[in-house]
Amino acid sequence: MAYKKKLLSGLGTKIDRAEPFIRSLIYVSGWSSIIFVIAIFFFIFKEAAPILTKVDWGSFFFENRWIPNPAEGNEPSYGAAGMLYGTLAITVVSMFIAMPLGLSAAIYISEFASPKVKETLKILIEFLAAVPSIIWGFIGLVIMGPLMQKVLGIEVGVNLLNASIVVALMAVPLIVSISEDALRAVPDSYREAALALGASRWEVVYRVLFPAAKSGLLAACMLGVGRAVGETMAVWMASGSTENIPDNIFNPALLLERVKALTATIASEMPDTAHGDDHYRMLFVIGIVLLSISVVINVVSDIVIKGVKNKNQ
Amino acid sequence: MSTHIDFLDVSVFYGDHKALDEVSLSVERNEIFGIVGPANSGKTTLLKAINRTIDLVTGTKVVGEVSIDGQNVNSIKNVHSLRRRVGMVFPLPVGLPLSIYENVAYGPRRAGIHDPGKLDEIVERCLKQSVLWDEVKDRLDSLGTKLSGGQQQRLTLARALSLEPEILCLDEFSIAIDPVTTMKIENVLVELKKDMTIILVTNLIQQAQRISDHVMFLNDSQIVEMGDTQQMFSSPKQELTKKYLSGEMG
Amino acid sequence: MSEAVHNPFAGSDFETKKLRKENRVKGFMLLASLVLIVPILVIIGYLIYKASPVLSWDYIWGDPGPLGKSGGIWLPLIGTFYLVVVSLILVAPIGILAGVYLNEYAPSNWFTRAINMAVTSLAGVPSIVHALFGVGCFVLTFKMGESLIAAACTIAVMTIPVIVTATREALASVPQSFRDACWNMGATKWQTIRTIVLPNSVSGILTGVILEISRAAGETAPILFTGATAAVAINTSDLGTKLMPYDLDDRFMALSYHLHVVAEKISGMPEEMKYGTAAVLIGLILVVNSFSISLRLYLRTRKKW
Repeated sequence: MAYKKKLLSGLGTKIDRAEPFIRSLIYVSGWSSIIFVIAIFFFIFKEAAPILTKVDWGSFFFENRWIPNPAEGNEPSYGAAGMLYGTLAITVVSMFIAMPLGLSAAIYISEFASPKVKETLKILIEFLAAVPSIIWGFIGLVIMGPLMQKVLGIEVGVNLLNASIVVALMAVPLIVSISEDALRAVPDSYREAALALGASRWEVVYRVLFPAAKSGLLAACMLGVGRAVGETMAVWMASGSTENIPDNIFNPALLLERVKALTATIASEMPDTAHGDDHYRMLFVIGIVLLSISVVINVVSDIVIKGVKNKNQ
Repeated sequence: MSTHIDFLDVSVFYGDHKALDEVSLSVERNEIFGIVGPANSGKTTLLKAINRTIDLVTGTKVVGEVSIDGQNVNSIKNVHSLRRRVGMVFPLPVGLPLSIYENVAYGPRRAGIHDPGKLDEIVERCLKQSVLWDEVKDRLDSLGTKLSGGQQQRLTLARALSLEPEILCLDEFSIAIDPVTTMKIENVLVELKKDMTIILVTNLIQQAQRISDHVMFLNDSQIVEMGDTQQMFSSPKQELTKKYLSGEMG
Repeated sequence: MSEAVHNPFAGSDFETKKLRKENRVKGFMLLASLVLIVPILVIIGYLIYKASPVLSWDYIWGDPGPLGKSGGIWLPLIGTFYLVVVSLILVAPIGILAGVYLNEYAPSNWFTRAINMAVTSLAGVPSIVHALFGVGCFVLTFKMGESLIAAACTIAVMTIPVIVTATREALASVPQSFRDACWNMGATKWQTIRTIVLPNSVSGILTGVILEISRAAGETAPILFTGATAAVAINTSDLGTKLMPYDLDDRFMALSYHLHVVAEKISGMPEEMKYGTAAVLIGLILVVNSFSISLRLYLRTRKKW
């Protein structure tokens, strides 16, 4: 009978007959991420390419002389050391602030907080993560800057410290979220065993969980670093945008110096360039540096996290 | 009477591990064929080889010939139509997150049957066959996942019957349900065998004794012994069989 | 008569000291968590307070006056709206299908691993680099020029990981036993996905979509050179123009970029205008995110299994 026959062929509806087509769409979409990553590399290199052979790399990495638009008769120079220092300094100082705060919050949420408190804190941190970078920049420029001027008695409130605080607050949610995942991946049996032996919950954390989750926690910090390196608007508005390399990096006063980051350089100078001129291409060269740093960080932390997952299986 | 299902020197590999070792057997039409054996002896793998769900597990290889009515299952072009001819019931009850009605109508719908009258008929027939109709007939649109374990297992049976399969496979169906439901389903199986061939994998030795016509003892991926149920239980030929059937072995 | 009875469960000195240390550490960590959260709440409150002189319906509906020193923020607001809509239309299909691929179809091999790494790498690319990509690819090579569509494409590429990750997690939370049951009934992979897996993943996918909306509305760097502009000469007296002032190939005003412009670039900007823009932006973001959070909480109560 027709009913039985239908059972055996079983193409239910029009949409099912389109299955091979839908399947190809799905596969192509699946590959799209790789296509886009490759595309990003391609297009950035494409715009930078003509100048890559002419770049004086020694000057680029080690000289603090970024003069794209020199006075009459002088050659432009592209020594980016000042901006490299700026990015490095902001990253280091912000991580100094973000890592302890982020890890503490993650440990508290994961191991000590009661379910209601945990829920609330997680929601609040989620809101923190949602704050866009321009708002952070605004806060740094318009609120924290004057505050610093008043409290610390300094002339200018946008500086390394300001930018670092703001970037730290931006990186913390990422650090918290990934650290939490890492702690959650540690089997409960570890905790139970330690508690059964009489350990206090804090001892469980630093004697059992830290060693067990350390790769994941490391990956969290690495991704935090990635965030700090790549941050643009907040850094641009809160750091003062002046290339400076201090003589003595152990002088705490340098926290109040103005700095300029690689990201801010691109953002601020691009409107002054014309598509295709040297200055424009050099900004793409900076883009290559930033892209490479971020991809390396991501690949390494991905490998680290995968290592954690395999270990705990 | 020609045999319904045949295995000819079938071996199944999960990577390097041999889950079935050169198994040969024949199942006759309209019988209940019992398969017993300890855990990990290959019973589930055997069932998966019949409806080719073994293909869905990565890294598996099937050697040898599995045939239904003389036709090698690998030569059936549309594997989905093969799976519609074989009903499957798993150890853990699974209610799909749909209404009870839609649970039973799921298979027919995917096969292209959408006529409400036809579906009503299928749903009622299958729920009655699996002795669930009276309990749920007034709440057919409540969620299938909210039923009790025993009810969900009967729902699974109803789903398995919805496509009028010629073969019904049950894989330790009674593990997670109560003895009363188990009894009910056992009676249903005895009724159903006049319409289909039933393969019953079970860890309950008495269940095999109660309802199967032939029984096969599978141990460590190999067939130890197989034959008529009465005979196997009263005078098994192998020492190992005797030990297992008397309950000495795990 | 009360007698001091030795309590065998009382802690020894060593144990009490350990417990006190634990409480100190707990307190420190709680403090750390609060340090993260309390200042931002205070700051946002302060923002809204400073913006209050200017916040009104007129402010939202009115257009920016000359140089943004007066007037409202309608044009930037509607620009952000269209940016979000267009980028969502571009990214959602690809992101969701990619998530379906990764969770339902992808074999466990090096290529899949590479795709996963590509997704996380895409998420880690600095936003200004996305802007450079947008310029090189959409503005120049695809000849879109600085435009709404170029900016939307840039944002779409940037937010692919958001949708992919949310979709994957949503799909993965559907128990495998459902799929097995369907396959054993002869349903194909796609039939199973379309009838059981996807419908039960909608909530998770929706959270991803809301997160994308939040990112698209707030990001500034990717639209800096791909289409956002400080001012447009558009006459909005006609309601049709008011509601749809931009074509896909027009430059447009956006809330995030507008904030950047009024905060720094223009001298003599009245304070309230700066705070006003900031308040509307952060208010918008917070409202969008609270949708996501309440959606998750609501759906948790409606679990189907």
